[in-house]
Amino acid sequence: MSGVLVIQEERGFGRNRISLEALAAGRILCGLTGLSLESAVVGDSKTPVLAETSGQPPATAYAVAHPLLANYTSDGYVLAFEQLIQKLQPSYIVFPHTYQVRDFVPRLAARFGQVLIADVTALEAGPSFVRQLFQGKMNAKYSHPGNGPCFVSVQAGAFPADPVTAGTANIVPFVPEIADASIRTRPGQPFRASAQTVDLASAQLIVSVGRGIRDAENIPLVQELAAALGAELAASRPICDNGWLPMERQVGSSGQTVSPKLYLAVGISGAIQHLVGMKGSQCVVAINKDPAAPIFEVADYGIVGDLFEVVPALTQAVKAARQ
Amino acid sequence: MKIIVAIKQVPECDAQVRIDPAGKWIEESDLQYALNEPDAYALEEALQLREKHGGEVIVLSAGPERVGSTLREALAKGADRAIHVVCNDLGARDALGIARLLAAAIKPENPDLILAGLQSEDLGLGQTGVIIAELLDLPHATLILHVEKTGTGFTVKRELEEGWFQTIELPTPAVLTIQSGGNKLRYATLMGIKRAKTKEVRSVTATELAVDAEPVVLLEQVTLPQKQKSTQMLPGTAKEAAAALVEKLKFEVHVL
Repeated sequence: MSGVLVIQEERGFGRNRISLEALAAGRILCGLTGLSLESAVVGDSKTPVLAETSGQPPATAYAVAHPLLANYTSDGYVLAFEQLIQKLQPSYIVFPHTYQVRDFVPRLAARFGQVLIADVTALEAGPSFVRQLFQGKMNAKYSHPGNGPCFVSVQAGAFPADPVTAGTANIVPFVPEIADASIRTRPGQPFRASAQTVDLASAQLIVSVGRGIRDAENIPLVQELAAALGAELAASRPICDNGWLPMERQVGSSGQTVSPKLYLAVGISGAIQHLVGMKGSQCVVAINKDPAAPIFEVADYGIVGDLFEVVPALTQAVKAARQ
Repeated sequence: MKIIVAIKQVPECDAQVRIDPAGKWIEESDLQYALNEPDAYALEEALQLREKHGGEVIVLSAGPERVGSTLREALAKGADRAIHVVCNDLGARDALGIARLLAAAIKPENPDLILAGLQSEDLGLGQTGVIIAELLDLPHATLILHVEKTGTGFTVKRELEEGWFQTIELPTPAVLTIQSGGNKLRYATLMGIKRAKTKEVRSVTATELAVDAEPVVLLEQVTLPQKQKSTQMLPGTAKEAAAALVEKLKFEVHVL
């Protein structure tokens, strides 16, 4: 058992912030444990994520390369990182909490008889690991008292990365042994479902609706408010899952990421999958009947009340103010 | 085709959860429980596959006696039979411990396909299905919106981030974790509810499955989250709050 190994994810130039945040979390863990920092990424020594760092760079960065890793598969990644971890014997392994990490790391951890402490938002002395429960309504503190490596993934935005500078880590290639037959799945090339016709990303004003609206027939209520404000209409995932609004209006980790001047959340509780898509908004207003709804944690202004009363009143007030 | 769907009973999504006096978990006594929503989509996918290809849908859940009502609900929606892993110490087991229970219950059934929701609405770990795949040495894919049976296995549609998707081919048997929104959920019919009463629910205990509970990670403490922003609450009637908000939008946010 030696150090803290941060496993980064190459997502292309300028899109690697979450990997730098994982590095920042790894550095905090080093501070809490006195261990040293190393990193690894699938790719060769020219992989873009290796060319940048933020803050103190890791001593060594492992470029994990194999022809069978060219396209992501959970089988390939589990085998590659199983071998790297066996070689380096790290005490902690830190990942960014991406869809890819969610796909293979629980399996990798189980192979070591371990459990991934997923989607961590804070690190504390111990070390203990803070993550959210009940879709953000509660926090929980976890510890890893056992022997063996501790697997942790960190939430996007939870560990601010320092300004990006040129990477200076000593890059060491690592070639895992992977047999053709051990890759059981065949991945296809990523595709988009259809051309996006709604560009929420550049919208200045957004009215967004969630589960609190209860029924498709109530959607016009928020449509009227959006129209009065001159805002785009958006939604949280359950609304689009139910087909009440098209998928392209969805804000969150699986939908669009927005940063308007005003984000008015109506009947949205504020699960983390939604918050990651809108917390860059300049001003957040939340209308919700539950005063404990996590959306209020990121709101600048809050109204606790029945949206079926508040929204029509607000539409009227906005119209009056506009006259 | 024999499909096992691992489902979880969770507190209803708008339940007012409170921390228990020990600060280790939540007060469970007065909670209403429901089927975890991503698991409802997993069940729906299984039922649609059975309607197309025939076979059997078995629902599987671990937990105390109350879990029986969620299993009955799944049977009422159309599952053929249920396996209840009776276990009163769910909270003392970590994701690996629970996946071990479920995997031990699945193994003798030799299913062609194992489905689970991609994550639970209470713990949100999003790991159980993937760990089951590892324990049973089966291929897996996560965040699946659509499953198609092929000659030798499955072709699935996987959700990626930011509106991207990907198709993956897997051999059978396989484990898939299902993302919400791929299908429209069905409701249990009166006939379904009536039929569910006569369907088989087999109980098996953790002891019978010979799975120990020793966790590798511990949930030490549950707390209320710290506010990230200081929220200005606008009190009063709907009309007063709306008027106050318009003032703010006009003079502080400058969007009116």
